[in-house]
Amino acid sequence: MNRTRFLSTLIGIFSTAIAIASGALVLAGYFFAEQADGQASLLTNIRLTLLQWAIILAGFAIFIGIFSLFLVHFKKIQKKEKGSVYSILLIISLLATFLFGLVKPGQVGKVFTTVQLPVEASLMALLTVTLTYASIRLLRRRLDLFSVIFLLTAVLILLGTAPLPFLGNVPGLSTWARPFISHVLAGAGARGILLGMALGTLTTGLRILFGADRPYGGNK
Amino acid sequence: MSIWLGLAGFGIVFFSAALMLGLLFLRRKKPYVFRDIPAITKLRQAVGLVVEDGSRLHVSLGRGSLNSPQSASALAGLALLRRLADLTSAGDQPPIVTSGDATLAILSQDTLQAAASFSEQGAFDPTAGRLTGLTPFSYAAGAIPAIRDENVSANLLMGNFGVEVGLLTDAVERMNTFVLAGSDNLAAQAVIYASAKEALIGEEIYAAGAYVEAGRSHTASLTVQDILRWLIIAIILAGALLTLAGVL
Repeated sequence: MNRTRFLSTLIGIFSTAIAIASGALVLAGYFFAEQADGQASLLTNIRLTLLQWAIILAGFAIFIGIFSLFLVHFKKIQKKEKGSVYSILLIISLLATFLFGLVKPGQVGKVFTTVQLPVEASLMALLTVTLTYASIRLLRRRLDLFSVIFLLTAVLILLGTAPLPFLGNVPGLSTWARPFISHVLAGAGARGILLGMALGTLTTGLRILFGADRPYGGNK
Repeated sequence: MSIWLGLAGFGIVFFSAALMLGLLFLRRKKPYVFRDIPAITKLRQAVGLVVEDGSRLHVSLGRGSLNSPQSASALAGLALLRRLADLTSAGDQPPIVTSGDATLAILSQDTLQAAASFSEQGAFDPTAGRLTGLTPFSYAAGAIPAIRDENVSANLLMGNFGVEVGLLTDAVERMNTFVLAGSDNLAAQAVIYASAKEALIGEEIYAAGAYVEAGRSHTASLTVQDILRWLIIAIILAGALLTLAGVL
């Protein structure tokens, strides 16, 4: 075994030990949050400290992520790849926002509310059209009973929610059918899905806690 | 009261952990048989095609922060990425991974690096694991060029998405490439069902690892999920019957 591989194995073992210990302490902090007299337990304090550290690390990760984003687009411009004009725009916007933040740190939120928010709102509007078109094509892509039920439900909910021009609310649909579908049928289905996902979340967490999945140290 | 709730939570986790460890070390004569999920069978075929035609696999992990409960779906996506990176290691190009959370982007780079170190090429490109945006729509807008311009023939969208996933599936549809999408968000699942060629609904995203043979731990965790599901069904039915009988 050469020195590099030995060091890599050592780092892997070390990071796995830290991850398992931190995960177990945070989890125990949730379960045994209080002492018998109602005061916060030592485990709660450890959990809060570890979570604060995680938030600081996440903040630093954003800095690395943005640097990586910068690098991806800088490479695109260098190689004159397709769409590199947009990469130039991105880098100019990134630097301009950064400089604005340095000059007027209290007003950097304005960039978000005046530029980012309207652009995202227009993308949301675009999504409405995209989804309508996708729903129309659904039966062509996947013609089965569930697709028919899906579309019928969507149409009934839409008709029951939005009043029709000149007609207003459709009798029975807004008062009976829509609440029944959304609260009883869809509600029951959603709870079933959420229960299944909670079990999935639990077992995924346990795999990480056992060190069987190690996205931080590279699963060997 | 909260002490009892804590103890109940600890009991559930301890029971699940003991069950998983037991299944992990249990030597079975017959392999586990799971129900067929056609979408995952098609994913395997698409990954095979990626290797054959020298194109790329694109994996999008969503924007679930590691500090939130939504990270579980992204962690399941990362485990799947590790396996798919191994499967595509014989190909010409490594997978591209996009995400909307910085910590996820770093973890995806680490996963790609680990896969590269075991591949024949051994080359790792740090820009293959990218943060594309920090808000839902900027993330989607940033991931679209990866789908469109980087010779991608198969897409796996797996993690915490909102309705913005519709923009990604639309971009895939325009490129006429393969997509398998799944999310832990109910609204996103509805969007995915309507707009993606192949959709994973509910807990299927957590089962994907076992279906692509990502390891014994994935098989054990899926079996634990099934056992717990039957327990919950039994408890719900018993509760309903006891309520009907006027006991509860």
